Amino acid sequence: MQNLAWTLSLILMAAIAAVFLWVVAGASRTGGDAGAAASTALRWRDRLFWLAIIAGIALSFATLWEWPIAGHAAAVTKPDVVIRAVGHQWRWELDKDTVRPGQLVEFQLTASDVNHGFAIYRDKTRMVAQTQAMPGYVNKLQVRFPEAGDYEVLCLEYCGLAHHGMRAVIKVRAGGSS
Amino acid sequence: MSAATMSSVDTPSAKLAFQLYVSIGISVFLLMMIAGAAFRAVQAAWLPIPANFGYELMTLHGAGMVGVSGLAGAAVMWYFLRRYVTLSTGMFLAMLGLSLVGVVMILAAIGIGRFAGAWTFLYPLPAKSMGTWGAHAAAAFVGGLVFIGVGFLLFYLDCALAIIRRYGSLAKALGLGQLFGSGALDTTLPPTVVAGTMVVIINILGILAGAVVLVMSLINIYLPGVTFDALLMKNLIFFFGHVFINATIYMAVIGVYEIVPRYTKRPWTISRPFLASWAAVTLIVMAVYPHHLLMDFVMPKWMVVTGQVLSYLSGIPVLLVTAYGALVNIHRSGLKWDLPLRLIIFSLFGWAAGVIPAIIDGVIRVNLVMHNTQWVPGHFHFYLLLGLVPMLLGTMLYACTRESWSETALDRASFWTFGVAGAAFCFVFLAGGWQGVPRRFAVHDADWLGYAQLGSVAAILVLVAALVLGVRLLARLPRVTLSA
Repeated sequence: MQNLAWTLSLILMAAIAAVFLWVVAGASRTGGDAGAAASTALRWRDRLFWLAIIAGIALSFATLWEWPIAGHAAAVTKPDVVIRAVGHQWRWELDKDTVRPGQLVEFQLTASDVNHGFAIYRDKTRMVAQTQAMPGYVNKLQVRFPEAGDYEVLCLEYCGLAHHGMRAVIKVRAGGSS
Repeated sequence: MSAATMSSVDTPSAKLAFQLYVSIGISVFLLMMIAGAAFRAVQAAWLPIPANFGYELMTLHGAGMVGVSGLAGAAVMWYFLRRYVTLSTGMFLAMLGLSLVGVVMILAAIGIGRFAGAWTFLYPLPAKSMGTWGAHAAAAFVGGLVFIGVGFLLFYLDCALAIIRRYGSLAKALGLGQLFGSGALDTTLPPTVVAGTMVVIINILGILAGAVVLVMSLINIYLPGVTFDALLMKNLIFFFGHVFINATIYMAVIGVYEIVPRYTKRPWTISRPFLASWAAVTLIVMAVYPHHLLMDFVMPKWMVVTGQVLSYLSGIPVLLVTAYGALVNIHRSGLKWDLPLRLIIFSLFGWAAGVIPAIIDGVIRVNLVMHNTQWVPGHFHFYLLLGLVPMLLGTMLYACTRESWSETALDRASFWTFGVAGAAFCFVFLAGGWQGVPRRFAVHDADWLGYAQLGSVAAILVLVAALVLGVRLLARLPRVTLSA
């Protein structure tokens, strides 16, 4: 998903840059029928508008038809393991931290003091999923860990001076607890 | 009453007021850039200062930039809107005075009270610092924001009254009657009035929501036993914050509508797509804020779906009306490029391009793995640093020189350095977000240091270029005219 977001952003931003450069390069020159050029441009704008609307509808259905977040609020899939996690300034309290590969794990997140962000990383540069941990509420996040290994949890909602040090580890082990 | 008699009077005090805004605005922008660059250097492990000081810099940079963007945007709006309606110089100065009181309180909160709760003051963090800052420091910060908010509210109420006096109602000034009517358009309704009306509507509501949540925060700071619903507070804070920061660029864009036609000798008048886009944006800017709360799974699903869909829709007016309209206006127009115009056209690119990663981040599936990573400062720096800042600079330079700017090699070098280094600065943030690097970390893990170091180098270049452009503007400020 991250690669798709990055690549798509670069392509679309480059397209916008190209249009700007093309127009800017010719702006100091005159030529042609300005009125006719403007009419053509506005016709194209109408087409682009409808194209953007159609693309938006397609994008919305493609990304929302199947609800994008497993376990959002009310879980529909019964998890194999439930881990209750509480965020405190500045530590995570997890009632268990070891699971098996392939298990569907439901994290039930809350916080005792301020808002925290519960983000699970496979390594330092690949986030698997995240949710917020908020006082007075429980957010449910379902994650299936396909590979064994250590998954680091970082706090991604600024929560005070030791925010960057608020971490935990989810251990995914072939012989982990069930 | 004729339009001529409704415009504001150009008095020496009005000119002085504008000069004050520009000089204070540029100075604060530069100081906050230094704070931001210093925080980036802390992340790069190049500035050996403790993490708590880093978070203070982060808080200062955020609060200062949001505040000064609002003030500078308001100055541009006041500068042009007063040609069509009668605005009070006293109210304009009252906004500045109250904001300066707020700034002093915020500086005291951070510098003396060690407050480092980020500019978003996310409830209940101001009241719960684990003893690292005290209740008075938190209250000074929150109270400072209240003062600034009151100042802005006075200004917007003055604008609202002036618009209603001249055009009859805010709906008429927004062009709703014409948009939904069947008659020919009255193209004498200036784009400036339409944009100004939109900003007045959204920011009065945004600031009122902000006032409510700031007062609730103040109560919680001094009476910790009185608590509020954290989700409600989050909604109020992000509604206020989103509306306020978006309004800055919608105020600044008035400069584009007013100035570009003077270079191209082609009028920029209202049209039905123009009115439709501003009417839509009025609603979208207020309703889209749940895209900040996509990772709060207890939010109602319809609200997060609304957040995603409206995020997408909000890009259409920017891209297809404002940016596209500007490109059509300048295309083969025979204009003469100079520094103000370069900055203004570049700012439209920064705004339009920055919308793309913002929309992508607003897709829930993407947000699940990119929310609160550096992708977020990546996209908002794109449309603020490369959109809002050059838009403001270009407009203020124009106010000093009109189309008679004599461009030097230093101007061109500063412009290109600002643009290229600024883009590099933003792309490094975006690349960091792509690789999962968290935002708002004062201490970065070894794997992330490269991004922070590249970003720091780019930040220094941006700062140097901005300093040159800022000094060029200040040097010409005495020549400013309100009728430019």
